[in-house]
Amino acid sequence: MNHHHTVAILVNDHPGVLQRVSALFNRRGFNIDSITVGPSEQPGMSRMIIVTLGDDRIMHQVINQVEKLIDVVNISILSEEPLVARELALIKVEAEPVKRPEIMTLAETFRATIADVSSDSLVVQIVGDTEKIEAMIELLTPYGILQICRTGVTAIARGRKPF
Amino acid sequence: MNTSHLLSQDRIPGSEILLRSLLLEGVECIFGYPGGSILNFYDEIYKNNELRHYLARHEQGAIHAADGYARATGKVGVCVVTSGPGATNLITGIATAHIDSVPLVIITGNVPLSMIGTDAFQEADIVGMTMPVTKHSYFVRDVNDIARTIREAFYIANTGRKGPVLVDIPKDVTAKETTFVWPEAVSLPGYQIRRDIDEPQIDDLLAALGQAKHPVLLAGAGVMHADASNELIKFAEKSGIPVVTTFLGLGGFPSQHPLWVGMPGMHGSYAANMAIQQSDLLISVGARFDDRLTMNASRFAPHAEIAHIDVDKAEIGKNIPTRYPVIGDVKHVLNYALPKVSSLPTATWLETIAEWKSSHPLRYQDSEEVLKPQWVIELLHRTTKGEAFITTDVGQHQFWTAQYYPFTRPRSLISSGGMGTMGFGLPSAIGAQIGNPDALVISINGDGGIQMSSHELAVCAIHHIPVKVVVINNEVLGMVRQLQEVAFEERYSEIDLSGSPDFVKLAEAYGVKGLRATNKTEAEQVWQEALAVKGPVLVEFVVPSSENVYPVVPGGKALHEMMLGDDEK
Repeated sequence: MNHHHTVAILVNDHPGVLQRVSALFNRRGFNIDSITVGPSEQPGMSRMIIVTLGDDRIMHQVINQVEKLIDVVNISILSEEPLVARELALIKVEAEPVKRPEIMTLAETFRATIADVSSDSLVVQIVGDTEKIEAMIELLTPYGILQICRTGVTAIARGRKPF
Repeated sequence: MNTSHLLSQDRIPGSEILLRSLLLEGVECIFGYPGGSILNFYDEIYKNNELRHYLARHEQGAIHAADGYARATGKVGVCVVTSGPGATNLITGIATAHIDSVPLVIITGNVPLSMIGTDAFQEADIVGMTMPVTKHSYFVRDVNDIARTIREAFYIANTGRKGPVLVDIPKDVTAKETTFVWPEAVSLPGYQIRRDIDEPQIDDLLAALGQAKHPVLLAGAGVMHADASNELIKFAEKSGIPVVTTFLGLGGFPSQHPLWVGMPGMHGSYAANMAIQQSDLLISVGARFDDRLTMNASRFAPHAEIAHIDVDKAEIGKNIPTRYPVIGDVKHVLNYALPKVSSLPTATWLETIAEWKSSHPLRYQDSEEVLKPQWVIELLHRTTKGEAFITTDVGQHQFWTAQYYPFTRPRSLISSGGMGTMGFGLPSAIGAQIGNPDALVISINGDGGIQMSSHELAVCAIHHIPVKVVVINNEVLGMVRQLQEVAFEERYSEIDLSGSPDFVKLAEAYGVKGLRATNKTEAEQVWQEALAVKGPVLVEFVVPSSENVYPVVPGGKALHEMMLGDDEK
């Protein structure tokens, strides 16, 4: 059975590391739904969060193949344990002045903020899990969405678990 | 070797740092081809007298030679080329080494740092291009990183599951000077070699052995990589378990041993394939369940529980579901298991296998009129007592060699198993001979593959490398012909090799002795003459075009559904 899995990979902060990891996913036929990278708490190391689709056998292969990369220090499947998963979206919506209050109320309900206002558009900034962001997009669609930029999911294990 | 003069902390250019680092890694010879971006290093080659360099005639020849050297000696093979086309010409050779887990360090020059990314003359992103076919790769931006990088590259290439490591160095980095410091140790937090073994895993497997009635050991190239042939022999003898060896595992278990069954797979023997299909516990010892071994994977070893001993955790369960995984170095695992394993009641099972062997031996229709390729291989075996290093190219002759040259010792078969790279046979023999200067090295080729690297005869000639180059000439691309005969109703498409050169004259053009045989008498005679030649020699055996490799398991079929000979077509 295919499921979405959230994988955390601690890598050396070397040039080409993102390419190595993504090339390996590509070559082995593993899917990448989203990928985020940023500095970690350890100097010289970055953490990648990859959301991937696969069954248990594929996930086993993903872990073992990625682990073999010399620049990969650690890999774990976050989604096997309770986790906090968030992404950020910036949504540019058509907004004539008369429509603004309505959109802003909608955003408020979602704890989203207004990141920019122009004469005929708004940028809504929302942070949340993927479902919440999709719901926000759905509600904003009738107003006319001009552009969507999403970060992809980043995630962290709950509790004191180190990884 | 006295290395004190190399360790001295002098202020020297990157090119000399590179040379010293190679010498400190124990490198005795390198294979390469110079060009603009690697000239600083070639100036060091000119000045030094400790490192031998062999100038190939094509970069692909250089890397296959390094590969043959590594496979024959167990040491790291080293290949050095320039940027751009020099580097891209290596890609097939890198892939060949990677899929067969051969330890290589490949050094490529690149354009100066300031020119990187400008589409400069002979600029290629070789690190990017080779990422999927290297174990690891480096782009060296700072002269202070050269020594550490080379140290790490050798360590990574030759530990764990071995493989090629590429080091790309821009020209200006080899020109800059710095103080040479040889790092005392490598520190790679993302690369931890497991020295320990998981004892409970092995204990589980040993317990399962006690229940098995039809156990089979499947020995792969991992036995060679781990230098574990003796341990495997002892384990098989103590337990009484029969052994089949994969194509690249040939020689890892001696073929004259009573417990050796044969080579299974697409062109495997009846007994070896039946042993796998009837097995109830199949133990892979450093074999990776390649598709040419398993054929129809869903019907592979249908009655067997699978045990898999492998240094690479990612191999476990990759192709075949595994009941008993054992992760670790094959030698360490066998050494742990050896005192614990008991003698198993396999007598009846061994009798069954012996019956398969005698009722269905390898066979071919011999002839007194024409030379049969299988007979030629038997001739090579008979006259060398199976003790030569044999390299092959790719195609029918490769499997006739596997079938009719019973290998007796590890590393004596050198062949491109995973990638099936044509043009591998001659240059790999050059490397094997350089690594074993006093040994008899025979390179067996078809008339197709030899033409992909026949220019390397120049290397044999100029350095007096006494390789015996055999060309089994059937005037077609035989393996393709065989596939077209069986699967494409004899629609022979683009397999005719008419227009090939006179191979005897070709050899002579390089100053290499050339001989030809078209029947058995000539064959016996010219082969004896070839063996007596002190230097390199090429021997052409002219054979019929229509000979096929049997047994063959047709695509999609299970291992026991073999065609055993022409009469079953």
